[in-house]
Amino acid sequence: MAPTSSDPTYAIDLRNISKSFGTVQANNHVNLKVEAGTIHGIVGENGAGKSTLMSILYGFYEADAGEIYIFGKRTAIRNSADSIAAGIGMVHQHFMLVENFTVLENVMLGAESGAMLAGSITDAAAELDRLEREFGLAVEKDALISDLPVGQLQRVEILKALYRGARILILDEPTGVLTPQETDQLFAILRSLREQGTTVIIITHKLREIMALTDHVSVMRQGEIVASRVTAETSREELAELMVGRKVRMTIDKAPAQPGEPLLQVTNLSLYDHYGVARLDRVSLEVRAGEIVGIAGVSGNGQSELLDLLSGILPPGEGEMLISGHTVTSAHPTNPEQVRSWRVAHVPEDRLKRGLVREFSAAESAILGYHTSPEYNGTLLTKPRAIIDHCRHLMEAFDVRPAHPSLKSANFSGGNQQKLILAREMDPSPKVLLVGQPTRGVDIGAIEFIHKQIVAMRDAGSAVLLVSGELDELMSLADRIVVMFEGRIVGEVAASEADEKILGLMMANAHTPDPTTSTEEVPA
Amino acid sequence: MRRQPLPAWADIILIPLINIALALLVAGVVITLIGENPFKAFAVMFQGAFGYAEGVGYTLYYATNFIFTGLAVAIAFHAMLFNIGGEGQAYIGGLGVALVLLAFDHVLPFWALLPLAIGAAMLFGAAWAAIPAYLQAYRGSHIVITTIMFNFIASNLMVYLLVNVFIVPGSMSPESRVFDPNAWLPTVHDFFARFGIDVAPSPLNLSFIIALIAGVLVWLFIWHTRWGYAIRTVGFSEPAAEYAGISTKKIIMITMLLSGALAGMAGINEIMGVQHKLLLDFVAGYGFTGIAVALMGRNHPLGIVLSSILFGALYQGGADLTFEMPNISREMVTAIQGFIILFSGALTYMSRPWLERLFGLFVRDTPTEEAPHGR
Repeated sequence: MAPTSSDPTYAIDLRNISKSFGTVQANNHVNLKVEAGTIHGIVGENGAGKSTLMSILYGFYEADAGEIYIFGKRTAIRNSADSIAAGIGMVHQHFMLVENFTVLENVMLGAESGAMLAGSITDAAAELDRLEREFGLAVEKDALISDLPVGQLQRVEILKALYRGARILILDEPTGVLTPQETDQLFAILRSLREQGTTVIIITHKLREIMALTDHVSVMRQGEIVASRVTAETSREELAELMVGRKVRMTIDKAPAQPGEPLLQVTNLSLYDHYGVARLDRVSLEVRAGEIVGIAGVSGNGQSELLDLLSGILPPGEGEMLISGHTVTSAHPTNPEQVRSWRVAHVPEDRLKRGLVREFSAAESAILGYHTSPEYNGTLLTKPRAIIDHCRHLMEAFDVRPAHPSLKSANFSGGNQQKLILAREMDPSPKVLLVGQPTRGVDIGAIEFIHKQIVAMRDAGSAVLLVSGELDELMSLADRIVVMFEGRIVGEVAASEADEKILGLMMANAHTPDPTTSTEEVPA
Repeated sequence: MRRQPLPAWADIILIPLINIALALLVAGVVITLIGENPFKAFAVMFQGAFGYAEGVGYTLYYATNFIFTGLAVAIAFHAMLFNIGGEGQAYIGGLGVALVLLAFDHVLPFWALLPLAIGAAMLFGAAWAAIPAYLQAYRGSHIVITTIMFNFIASNLMVYLLVNVFIVPGSMSPESRVFDPNAWLPTVHDFFARFGIDVAPSPLNLSFIIALIAGVLVWLFIWHTRWGYAIRTVGFSEPAAEYAGISTKKIIMITMLLSGALAGMAGINEIMGVQHKLLLDFVAGYGFTGIAVALMGRNHPLGIVLSSILFGALYQGGADLTFEMPNISREMVTAIQGFIILFSGALTYMSRPWLERLFGLFVRDTPTEEAPHGR
């Protein structure tokens, strides 16, 4: 008979957890022990099975086989209510909050103490005060969720979990939307939670954060835990190698840029939304042939709008754009088809929604945007052969696996989807390349390849505009980095002089690079 | 319990068959309750639909209407538009056919009338879809609401026109005059009679062939032209369409106009092929049944032709059933048709999770080279 209890010093003890979806083995005999009162990191590439494992722990899925012990007690978790009852709280990658409710209302939602709200509100307010005292988690209780910045929203999510009595807190990619400063604050909170005895599990693909925060780290690859390490005794390089299964180069070799003629020129560009709020505010920018200009900024500060304007998706408001030698203003608008004909390629930020059509075959996705080209069309009918051959050619050039043009786009991994999109956009050797988040959610192995390709485009003489949320990526790829904040360009640094601290401060608009115009104290 | 994603054949063939079986089961219970033998009733229906030449003729004649209205629903659905207005578009399409034939039936020869009538059916059907399409594309009014409203408008408009404009002076029934036989579509039995082959008379006519051709053309259009590509892109992902430079507004207009044109073609079968005059309510629900036909046929022309024949058989077999078994009223037959529509339309995917579990029991894991998915 299986034992019904184990060592209670482990907050979580998973034994032989297996889960498959159809023929895909997402978790394969996973064993994981998490010591109580520690911060435990789980790293792995996309599709390594991290999220599945955590979903099993949180009751979204039931494991096909295996046992779960929580604080030494065998626990059956069939749904999230079981999980909450066992003391597990989860903070999802995408916040699950009601926008037009207050913080207090969100925290007590679904955990009200009675049928009448008045009593619940008093109880919840008292409990929130206690949590605030104990963990230093200050949030204004009566603020509307829609008024709060993301860093605060995350605290609300953590409070929600603690309010429900969580002793084990799971965070899924918690830093994706945070500035470096907000990330630091989050880590401080997590450390103080640990002091109070809470066990924290953090899922991330950012190795730097693992090294900075965790006590232990487990690496997943292809549904299995391939290694567990004490964080102090490992290194980023070792973890990366364990994740990918081979040696990975963390830096890119590139020659100094040799900028030529300007291919993208933006002068005083402004864009207003329905409410008259400026999404872009007098942006001026230049990208020359043979250079990579990176745009840093917390997402939602105008980067997406800039890409949409330059690719012809949004009609321009005020100002002027010179795109590959063609002037575009509100009086002379353009459209994506025309912009493509000017040899401007666009790798969109949102791969799944925009870059391809999930329901299409890879071959169909591989002509998205180029589908009217005479290469793939007769007078009336398309040329299926030409489309398939083209896709095969792209797959070969960019090592897309599996190389099946008829496979549904959704069935490729994130990295391979992204490689297919990059192949489609880079194949016509464009003069201007607009790239948004080229490696978001992409495996480390593929990141290396994608970075090389972008640098190769630069060296072939393309002007590259790169929007990325990953500072590491910007610093290693770009030749110059401009920082956007609330629709404005608030600073520019040469990549060689950029570091995380300077960029982070600029992203929060607390820093100007030129000390003579600075109105604030610049930390050394 | 473990679920297994269904193989394509189960999805396309097994699920529709299960749905029909479930519908017949429920219908059988109801027939038993009114004291008749359900097996006998279904046998009578099957015999009525396929058992003799005249029955087959009627089955295919009904199927013709369903192919047109089913294709209309399907093409709109590929752009994620739910065109509920097939009923009104078919009705107005028939008006277009009647106008052409009333004007030229004594003037032009048949070979000139046919393309004119087809053009009018498509034009009028498309026109009836144009306003809802415009309101959806440029004003954001939901296409479901507006097309339903346009069904009512079409119905009232036709009452007005027939009572006040088309009615034969002195006549009591709101109908137009009968067209000159020169303008009638050749029926199948007439066609075979020319070669001395005797086929039982039925309303089945040339428009069945036109419907099959329309099916092939829709298939080519959706999957083998750049416009079909654009329509499917819009249907699957508007952001992707925007990114690719496809105008969603234009696609909504084009798709709805084509959808209306296809629905209008039902007027060719009814007005030019069978009734030979314009009359009230000749659409008789074919437009609405087209929705169930398209759902059951998975919006693929081949599936639509097959499910149209099934629904044609239900209509024809049902008519025979009321005749053979007087206890089973017309309403009862409508109820049986309703069950089929309910199970294969509204409840299409009800049986899928059960079936997936069932497959999960029998299909063993096979090793795969595919990387496991997160989530």
